[in-house]
Amino acid sequence: MLQFPIYLDHNATTPCDPRVVEAMIPYFTNNFGNAASRNHSFGWQAEEAVDYAREQVAKLIGADPKEIIFTSGATEGDNLGIKGVFEMYASKGNHIITCNIEHKAVLDTCRHLEKEGAEITYLDVKPNGLIDLSELEAAIKPTTILIAIMYANNEIGTVMPMREISAIARKHGVLVFSDGVQAVGKIPVDVNKDGIDLMAFTAHKMYGPKGVGALYVRRKNPRVKVTAQIDGGGHERGMRSGTLNVPGIVGFGKACEICMNEMESDTARIIKLRDKLEQSLLKVEESYLNGDKEHRLPHVSNISFKYVEGEGLMMGFNKNIALSSGSACTSASLEPSYVLKALGLGDDLAHSSLRFGLGRYTTEEQIDYTIEQVTNTVNKLRDMSPLWEMFKEGIDLSTIEWAHH
Amino acid sequence: MAYSEKVIDHYQHPKNVGTLDKSKSSVGTGLVGAPECGDVMRLQIEVDDATGVIKDAKFKTFGCGSAIASSSLATEWLKGKTVDEAVKIDNMTIVEELNLPPVKIHCSVLAEDAVKAAINDYRKKNGLEELQFEEKGVH
Repeated sequence: MLQFPIYLDHNATTPCDPRVVEAMIPYFTNNFGNAASRNHSFGWQAEEAVDYAREQVAKLIGADPKEIIFTSGATEGDNLGIKGVFEMYASKGNHIITCNIEHKAVLDTCRHLEKEGAEITYLDVKPNGLIDLSELEAAIKPTTILIAIMYANNEIGTVMPMREISAIARKHGVLVFSDGVQAVGKIPVDVNKDGIDLMAFTAHKMYGPKGVGALYVRRKNPRVKVTAQIDGGGHERGMRSGTLNVPGIVGFGKACEICMNEMESDTARIIKLRDKLEQSLLKVEESYLNGDKEHRLPHVSNISFKYVEGEGLMMGFNKNIALSSGSACTSASLEPSYVLKALGLGDDLAHSSLRFGLGRYTTEEQIDYTIEQVTNTVNKLRDMSPLWEMFKEGIDLSTIEWAHH
Repeated sequence: MAYSEKVIDHYQHPKNVGTLDKSKSSVGTGLVGAPECGDVMRLQIEVDDATGVIKDAKFKTFGCGSAIASSSLATEWLKGKTVDEAVKIDNMTIVEELNLPPVKIHCSVLAEDAVKAAINDYRKKNGLEELQFEEKGVH
């Protein structure tokens, strides 16, 4: 039996896997110790649990456990990674290269650093959502200290060419930071093979709890250091003070272990469902896929349905299906998605987009229902769309003088 | 943000969706908004030449649920009113009737603009001077 509502917004967050919750529970009650308490069994038990989780987390990304700094989540990891490098390597230079479809946690961190004297280059992306490698190399200067490029994009799911990016960075002696939030746990990520020096990621995007994440900081070839942004008791090798969130960290570790073990089978199943959804919806007249079709996460599909507005579209089924739109009306700013605009999409197509994010518990029945509901709603709204009527009459909408407001 | 029941009802059962023959002199058409802004409304009225009463009104809207509901409601209110009465339709009465939250007030303004644009189109077609309206500026 189909149960409502159906959740198709796994890029926003994921439910905790019951196995994760089960692993966490003892650390709220019986094993509540502070991992920094060195003189009694409560502390030792907590420390042991954290060490174990650190191994589980490190293993998922091919890192050494000593290279994992636990944080409150990826926003903190983005801040610590970028600001921490900027401050630590100030004597080497002040130039950072990033791109214009990064998450706000990266973009706003860069904007903040501009006020502190940083010079930031925001690379444009190509219409498929990937950066141009020759533009990246051309942007490097003697003062460049960091290249900050996301592993995968949260709105369109495109996966950046991290290995090529890091090869260029290596050649010029520049560090690579990556926001790995959407990629880690979903596709194989290996910090050594990928040549990443720092990477932020978070538990709640991979069936772990909210409020815990990690920053990977390379210790060898080269040894990377970041200036702490939160001062205090010197936890996490002095890079991030604050009592460790032991139950959260335990859950994060378990979530990583499950992703490690089940990624292959999960992906094979999810990609089939995603492709079915996508192929069916792209049969709808005047619908367009946003972002590169090949270099993409297996669970994401971002589609624009021309001549209908995204929020209006979601209203047709949001009692039963939860997903996101790049439409302005879903945000407070009334501006449509800056990511879609960066691909060169007009505001009209950006307003008309839906993001489908499938997950571990998505079923074929749910996908069939979604295909039916979305298709019906698009047709229904087009019947009442003046733009659709004009399009059908052969009127070129770009020739109309709209009253912009 | 949850929608009010009235918005949901208009969205699910929109009143007066459709198209009137814009070549007729008794029909006034207002097209307001822009695709780039995420809202376009086309509102049409058909006026009984003898009585000045709006005998039919139709709309088509590209936009969010609140924009669809605002235009649907406006067409309902227009029918049976004289053109002079219709001019007085105020966006804030739409806001109150539909319980629109502050971020959706621009939808009601757009509906009011669409009504006025349709009336002016009708006046122009019939040799009457176009009315001047104050800018609401809440877009």
